[in-house]
Amino acid sequence: MQRFLSAFGWRHEGAANAALLGLPAIWFACLYLAAIGALLITSFWTVDSLSGDLIPGFSFTNFQQLLADPTYTKIGLRTIGIAAAVTITDIVLAWPVAFAMVRLAGPRLRAALMAMVMVPLWSSYLARVYAWRLILAHDGLLNWALAEIGLPGLHIGYSNWAMWIVFSYLWLPFMILPVAAAVERIPPSLLEASADLGEHGFATFRRVILPMALPGMVAGAIFTFSLTLGDYVTPMLVGGEGSDFIGNVVYANVGVTNNIPFAAAYAVLPLGVMGVFLLVARRMGAFDAL
Amino acid sequence: MQDGLKKTIARVVLGLSASLPFVQGAAAVQPLQSIGKGEGVLNVVAWEGYAQDDWVKPFEAATGCQVHAKYAGSSDEMVALMRSGGGSQYDVVSASGDATLRLIYGHNVQPINIALIPAWKNFIPQLQGPDFNTVKGVHYGVSYEWGPNTLLYSTKTFPTAPTSWSVIYDAKYKGQITVPDNPIQIADAALYLSKTQPSLGITDPYELNQTQMDAAVALLKSQAGLIKKYWALASDEIQLFTSGDAVVGAAWPYQTNTLQAAKVAVADTIPTEGATGWADTWMVAAKAPHPNCAYEWINWVTTPKVQAQQAIYFGETPANTLACKEMDEQQPGSCAQYHANAPASYFDSIKFWKTPLPDCGNGKHDCLDYAAWQREWQSIKG
Repeated sequence: MQRFLSAFGWRHEGAANAALLGLPAIWFACLYLAAIGALLITSFWTVDSLSGDLIPGFSFTNFQQLLADPTYTKIGLRTIGIAAAVTITDIVLAWPVAFAMVRLAGPRLRAALMAMVMVPLWSSYLARVYAWRLILAHDGLLNWALAEIGLPGLHIGYSNWAMWIVFSYLWLPFMILPVAAAVERIPPSLLEASADLGEHGFATFRRVILPMALPGMVAGAIFTFSLTLGDYVTPMLVGGEGSDFIGNVVYANVGVTNNIPFAAAYAVLPLGVMGVFLLVARRMGAFDAL
Repeated sequence: MQDGLKKTIARVVLGLSASLPFVQGAAAVQPLQSIGKGEGVLNVVAWEGYAQDDWVKPFEAATGCQVHAKYAGSSDEMVALMRSGGGSQYDVVSASGDATLRLIYGHNVQPINIALIPAWKNFIPQLQGPDFNTVKGVHYGVSYEWGPNTLLYSTKTFPTAPTSWSVIYDAKYKGQITVPDNPIQIADAALYLSKTQPSLGITDPYELNQTQMDAAVALLKSQAGLIKKYWALASDEIQLFTSGDAVVGAAWPYQTNTLQAAKVAVADTIPTEGATGWADTWMVAAKAPHPNCAYEWINWVTTPKVQAQQAIYFGETPANTLACKEMDEQQPGSCAQYHANAPASYFDSIKFWKTPLPDCGNGKHDCLDYAAWQREWQSIKG
């Protein structure tokens, strides 16, 4: 039987490929596309406010409410803004680490650096967020350390600043790894050529390394941006007043107030934002680096 | 024409259901006739602190019903949980007065055969058939415990107790205030406004027309800039006071008890404007998979002993009048401390949570419903 199958696959290459790709394709169609389809359809439904029953149909009520109330525009912009700030922060933080790891460190130090980048990913996301909550709290580690060196305390616990710091920390490994991979791929001969032609270190970085590593940065940005865009746990735990994300509104409408169609309508926004983001990323060659 | 007709019918049904809620629901499920053998499992949706080992373990040992408790942070979450999975995941819920009617209208709970609940005859009269769980003489739940929402404050910041809710709207405490992340919090602002701005004509903090709502929202939006965090779980607020991030806020007596037990310098008070409060009801899901264990549970938690344990643990008042003696035995003086022997006027002074409905109760139908409260709350939080 086994021999027959392998002979059949060798003679009919198309059938072999179809068999291999079939399962992932079915999975993709049923679980992924169907879920997005259900989301889009539900976003046009409404809810009976008294009994909480779903009313199927086709109405733009949810979208009208979203557009009419400036609250949802504000929350959308806040989410996108912090996702962008986190992405930029992670790019800035990732470069020195990635560069040192690939170009400067010897094999031992390199392995150690790689381990240090990866180790936080082995522990629970929640544990790390709670740890930051304690660090940034009024009487937390940060203010204790500031007081020890004679500086006034900071009041950034439970605020958008706290969210920015925690998100930047959480997703940093996802930026370091693709940037390091991209830097590693640059042939040393190009750097030598740049030096031979009289360029200084910074000019080489700006004109040779940076453009060649751009796909890696964009690939990392896909992770940091989309992970922040879809999060709702971190805003819930370390956010303060005026810290709701799109995800919090979705969570509140599904889990708390039982208005699933409204949540679905709002969830179309990040879907659209990610769609645009991925198109731009593809233009910049991010998928060549993955 | 069909559409017009449909709308008219819908309006009539809606109007009827607001005044006679049982037109649609009553016939659905028959109450249990007798309590049979336990099914071995009981799935509970409850407030934090309502399923403590102190009374859950003895219940499991006595009845063989293993308790799986799921804590909810708000009434909305309780309603959503009871509706999740087709409404057959959970057996009982400790619903507050702002959730009970929604569960009844949504056909999520079944009528209770009150004859099977012996402790019921010892309840204070106001909780034997209150309109938030008993409609047209049909009981849809059994009252449990009740209490006021309190003003929690740090005794370091306030050497003497604040006498007004104004402190949680005071810019002096900017960045140190915490209130629940819950649309029903609008009622707290409305209650405060009913005393400080009588010209608004607020008589019931849960029945607000658009003008009154706008005033409450304006107050709460000015408060939003002063808030450290809107707390979702009681444990959030406990941590905020422990770390010193918050010094004043709206709370339940449970937080005060927990914080004081941990030696945090806090106290609570009911300011002169009065307080909103909750009166909780154990309700059985319409499709409860373990109805016998559900009745066993309700009978267990309405016994004077458990009523007293719960009251002392959470800092609230039991429905069962026989619990007073038990409370003093468990912790001397606790019966008076938690008002278990208070006169009826004390009960009547608390504005208990209830579901905001378009019907204002004064013949007018221009009040905002709960969906509107939710939208306003999201716009307050920003």
